[in-house]
Amino acid sequence: MTSANDLTTKLEAVDARRRWLLASPALLTIFLAAIGPLFIVLAYSFLTPGDYGDVKWQFSPDAWIGVFFERDIFDDTLSLATAHVDIFWRSVKLALITTVATLFFGFPTAYFMATRNERSRDLWQFLITIPFWTNLLIRTLAILQIIRNEGILNTALIKLGMIQEPIQILFTDTAILIGMVYVYLPLMVLPIYASLERLDFRLVEAGYDLYATRWRVLRKIILPLAKPGIIAGSILVFIPAIGAFVSPSVLGGGKNMMFSNLIELQFGQGRNWPLGSALSITVMIIVMAALLVYVRNNSAKDERHA
Amino acid sequence: MKNTTISDDCAVDIRAVRKAYGAGESAFVALDNATVSVRENEFFTLLGPSGCGKTTLLRMIAGFDYPTSGEILLNGSDITSLPPFQRPVNTVFQNYALFPHMTVAENVAFGLEALGKPRTEVKARVAEMLRLVQLEHLAGRRTNQMSGGQQQRVALARALAPQPKVLLLDEPLSALDYKLRKEMQSELKRLQYETGITFIFVTHDQEEALTMSDRIAVMSAGRILQIGTPREIYNRPADRFVASFIGETNFLTGALHGVANGKAKITLKSGQSVVVNAASDAPASGDVTFIVRPEHASVVEGSGDLRGIVEKVVYFGTDTHLHLRLSGGEAFTVRQQNGSVSGSAVEAGQAVAVAIAEGAAQVVRA
Ligand SMILES: Nc1ncnc2c1ncn2[C@@H]1O[C@H](COP(=O)(O)OP(=O)(O)O)[C@@H](O)[C@H]1O
Ligand SMILES: [Mg+2]
Repeated sequence: MTSANDLTTKLEAVDARRRWLLASPALLTIFLAAIGPLFIVLAYSFLTPGDYGDVKWQFSPDAWIGVFFERDIFDDTLSLATAHVDIFWRSVKLALITTVATLFFGFPTAYFMATRNERSRDLWQFLITIPFWTNLLIRTLAILQIIRNEGILNTALIKLGMIQEPIQILFTDTAILIGMVYVYLPLMVLPIYASLERLDFRLVEAGYDLYATRWRVLRKIILPLAKPGIIAGSILVFIPAIGAFVSPSVLGGGKNMMFSNLIELQFGQGRNWPLGSALSITVMIIVMAALLVYVRNNSAKDERHA
Repeated sequence: MKNTTISDDCAVDIRAVRKAYGAGESAFVALDNATVSVRENEFFTLLGPSGCGKTTLLRMIAGFDYPTSGEILLNGSDITSLPPFQRPVNTVFQNYALFPHMTVAENVAFGLEALGKPRTEVKARVAEMLRLVQLEHLAGRRTNQMSGGQQQRVALARALAPQPKVLLLDEPLSALDYKLRKEMQSELKRLQYETGITFIFVTHDQEEALTMSDRIAVMSAGRILQIGTPREIYNRPADRFVASFIGETNFLTGALHGVANGKAKITLKSGQSVVVNAASDAPASGDVTFIVRPEHASVVEGSGDLRGIVEKVVYFGTDTHLHLRLSGGEAFTVRQQNGSVSGSAVEAGQAVAVAIAEGAAQVVRA
């Protein structure tokens, strides 16, 4: 009996060791690609800026103070860093509007795709992913060509006599939004499409059969069942949108900064790596908090249903 | 109000309905010239093999599909082109199609809420429906945590809750195991009796159709072949397909000489002749096919109607099947009830005489 038990214990130990060994590539990847860099950024945010970029290995909370406050050059008093708050606010606002707008355009698109027959569905899915094949910068520059004052849009509107003067779209928040909605739309369409494709359309028929109008079927059956896709799509759009870099720098013209531009500034011209690091972590915390609230809210609603 | 007598009023009138999928040369005709009148309070069954167009017909009554031609009337008014949510008709779907994101009670309430019924009425009606299908204790349960039989009951309660004029049921029992199916069959009959709603029931199971229906429409390849009570369908099948699809049948062919008073004499290859029922539209002479159900034939002493050799004896408990080779070479089965414990004396290899019950032989269209 005891020897059998001993054997079991020994084999289990071997088994456990083997399992760790097998998992090591995954653990290494996770450490090297995710957790490790995060610790470096965190460490940098508590150091002193070097004279020509980089950091001096000397503890300083200044970067974190600098995220939220400005030090007056003359009397050294702290006041709220309104420039940073403005940029935070603009980033959150633009990311939210982008998420809502991509949802607004993406849901009908995904629904259209999911209701095609099997063969043409693959084609539509392929078409949606085509923009991914082109470099993001090029796509954004293309948007710039369209919306600039001498671009196709303004020229066409003037030729049609709808406006006299070109509308200034470029270098406004609207321009950034147009760019982001265009770029992130597929990230909204694809997860919603994935959940709609799995949707049993007999449930839709059952809804019609039970006197629900089209609007009611959409609200009570299709949307609730597409919710996992909507949540996934919103997350996939919101996170990169809040950290968008190319759209604001190309279409916002440098004066309508978003988070990423601010951070880039610190690592570049600003030569303040600790502040850049502290800002990066702040963004991450905001995104995670937003996600937590969002996901928690949605699952709480689900539970109330049950 | 319960109203459980079948009246002559027409609940659903299907007139020359045709459904073709696709267009032009390649069009596939799923339903051709279907004409049926389903009566008020009737348990009406569409019976036919898989792919014969039963679901197609049901979907057009529900409004999920529209006929290529023909019309559908409900209580006398044309509903052919109404959308499903404007028809007082509800469906129990083949796979139940319960809403997975809702509880049992929410599923049952769905139709009532869509109709804009006041909240108190919805609540009372949902409770009543759940009582009717004996699921009160599961009102708050999600439907995906339930057994097939329970899901079936939810689907029934959900479809019955808005008090439709007609309930459509598309093979609702086909996914259930044998015992549960039997149970649900009587449950369905009870529900129909208690609610007084017209049921149009779809099945490919002939036994289920025979035991449950007031009337049956037998379908094959997009056509309705015969409409009648279970007895009529079984005893007087209109053609060879109906005869073979429903129950077991012996088919015999022979030469017919004149029809008189619905009877005709047919001479078989062996030279023996049998008196058969023949409709007035049967051919006046020539080779015809007729049927004899195995239980309408019996092995007798003396001469009988037919003669043959017993090839195989199969014991079934309640009855015994005797597989014979008739003197003309045709195969023929006789089903004998095992009335006594001692068993029949008939054995394989024995030559026997077979008598056919009065009026049991029936000419069918080939
Ligand atoms: N949307 C459709 N397009 C083409 N053919 C169809 C369609 N729906 C049904 N059919 C065909 O019509 C025939 C009848 O189908 P159905 O009514 O579902 O048969 P069942 O009697 O088994 O319910 C089948 O051959 C089926 O393949
Ligand atoms: Mg079917």
